[in-house]
Amino acid sequence: MANIYLQDITKKYENITVIKNLNLEIKDSSFTVLVGPSGCGKSTTLRMIAGLEKVNNGEIFIDGEEITHVNPGKRGVAMVFQNYALYPTMTVKENIEFGLKNNKISKEERESVIQEICDIVGLTEYLDRKPSNLSGGQRQRVALARAMVKRPKVFLMDEPLSNLDAKLRNQMRTELIQLHKKLGTTFVYVTHDQVEAMSMGDAIVVMDKGVIQHMANPVDLYNDPANIFTAQFIGAPPMNIIPGKKFFEESTYLGFRPEKVKLDSTSADNCLAMKGKILTREILGSETIYSIRTEVGDIKVKTIDSVFPEDIEIQLHIDYKHIYLFDVAGNRQRNLEKVKL
Amino acid sequence: MEARERVQQSLRIRKKEGRIENSKNLEILKKGAKGLEISGLIILILIFGFPFLWMISTSLKSFSEIMIFPPKWIPDKLMFENYIRAWNSGPFLRYFFNSVLISISILILQFATMIPTAYAFARYEFKLKKLLFAITLLALMIPEQITFLPVYLQMSSWNLLRTYAPLILPFAASGFGVFLLRQTFMQVPDEIIEAARLDNASEWKIMWKIMMPMARPVLITFALFSFISQWNSYFWPLVMTNTQSLRTLPIGVAMLKDAEALTRWDTVMAGNMILIAPMLVIYFFAQKQIIKAFVYSGIK
Repeated sequence: MANIYLQDITKKYENITVIKNLNLEIKDSSFTVLVGPSGCGKSTTLRMIAGLEKVNNGEIFIDGEEITHVNPGKRGVAMVFQNYALYPTMTVKENIEFGLKNNKISKEERESVIQEICDIVGLTEYLDRKPSNLSGGQRQRVALARAMVKRPKVFLMDEPLSNLDAKLRNQMRTELIQLHKKLGTTFVYVTHDQVEAMSMGDAIVVMDKGVIQHMANPVDLYNDPANIFTAQFIGAPPMNIIPGKKFFEESTYLGFRPEKVKLDSTSADNCLAMKGKILTREILGSETIYSIRTEVGDIKVKTIDSVFPEDIEIQLHIDYKHIYLFDVAGNRQRNLEKVKL
Repeated sequence: MEARERVQQSLRIRKKEGRIENSKNLEILKKGAKGLEISGLIILILIFGFPFLWMISTSLKSFSEIMIFPPKWIPDKLMFENYIRAWNSGPFLRYFFNSVLISISILILQFATMIPTAYAFARYEFKLKKLLFAITLLALMIPEQITFLPVYLQMSSWNLLRTYAPLILPFAASGFGVFLLRQTFMQVPDEIIEAARLDNASEWKIMWKIMMPMARPVLITFALFSFISQWNSYFWPLVMTNTQSLRTLPIGVAMLKDAEALTRWDTVMAGNMILIAPMLVIYFFAQKQIIKAFVYSGIK
């Protein structure tokens, strides 16, 4: 159990700066998810915490201890890799035991810890198998067990579910959430999948181009995004962003979520109203996603109401309280919203 | 209406028959291909196996049986005396000992030099890495017929000619081995090594406990290649030695041929059998590893 501080971290690959002056606090026993598009620096950040990447500038603290230049094996962290990174020539048991042996844990203690952890992840009957004789899900469990037996202060996970098929991924997602509750250890989890981030994390760090765009819990991240990037990255379909000048003089952009648009309703007060024509519709069963052409551009609308045919003219209403205003740089204008909306 | 249906039905039947005909043809084709494959393999076995079987056969024949026509495959009486005669026609125990000593010494030295070298080339960044690797590869390309003279002169100036040194030292490092092992080490995914680092393993431990077991098939294959080529080496030991006591089996066996005016093929072949027997035993036990070395891949 430990908190993590990253202070003014800069990381360069040769002459390209991928992360500049990053400051991040990861709370003790949180499930923190680093999320962003590929190349945003999320994996690099995780690897710097692990000690697998050198830091060019700045300091890293785990549990109040400065560990910027400490060897990976001595930081009290364990990591689960995307491709599991099991030792192919060792059995499941030897894989799990390797770290304990290196840490000079006595044989009796090793045996009892391995037994305990393997009961939790359900590996007991596979201890003598080689990784090549295991399924993807079982390999994932071995990787987890290998991390767990070391009783680390921090679990680091680099897209651990992306090699699994959809069904297994959902199952493992739930298991990881339960595991986090059971262990109460700090989890730092990297993914590019916003659904995974929202469903697992209690703190989400949205990153782009090596910069933290917004850090918040899932609810705030969705309801109160700090900028256009976060607003569009979280949620599917992404938030509609249209030119704002036409409606509010001081705003460059105006945004609203596809699920907050009312279709074909009677006009009401405190609403933004516009007309549009339905271009396409995707019926997903419980909900329908429309693509609608308006005079300010094409927008997406998600609704659980009645299904409308394509190619008709339709009236749209968005309640003012669901509208977000952004300046020219894409940052939220929260003060302006208070005044205008 | 009925007529149309009937026509359609008959069409359907004809189509079905056609399909069956086709699948029959396909089966015949498949069988033919398989037959060709097998007969090709049999021809290959004959080409490679014939001289070998001929050698075994001749080594067990009496001298008179060797020259008869048509030749006989199985001699009337198995002449194991040929082996004893071959063994006793020179200091064969000495030759055998020399061959074993030299081949194994070279192997040990090669392993000792090539494992750290290959590991460094595969896993570390250092100055002049590319140039040094190119030089290593160069060693692989220069034949011994070019190097033997300078090596001989050098050994002579160091007064080492009457020792095992000229037979062992020039082969203590193998460019081929370094190259082969470097490729293997490079194939090991970075994450596996990173996982080991996070498991608090030292570099030394990563090399011995993670990398070496993964390279095992390649190491065994290399050991085999190296051992066989040293064991069979004729030219180098012939040039570098001038005393009986340092000579190796291939030279001893070759001398069987020159021993008498009339070549005793039965003795020569028995000598050859003595020469290759250890190879056969080793190959028999290492077969699986050799195949593995060429199809080996890590798990995903």
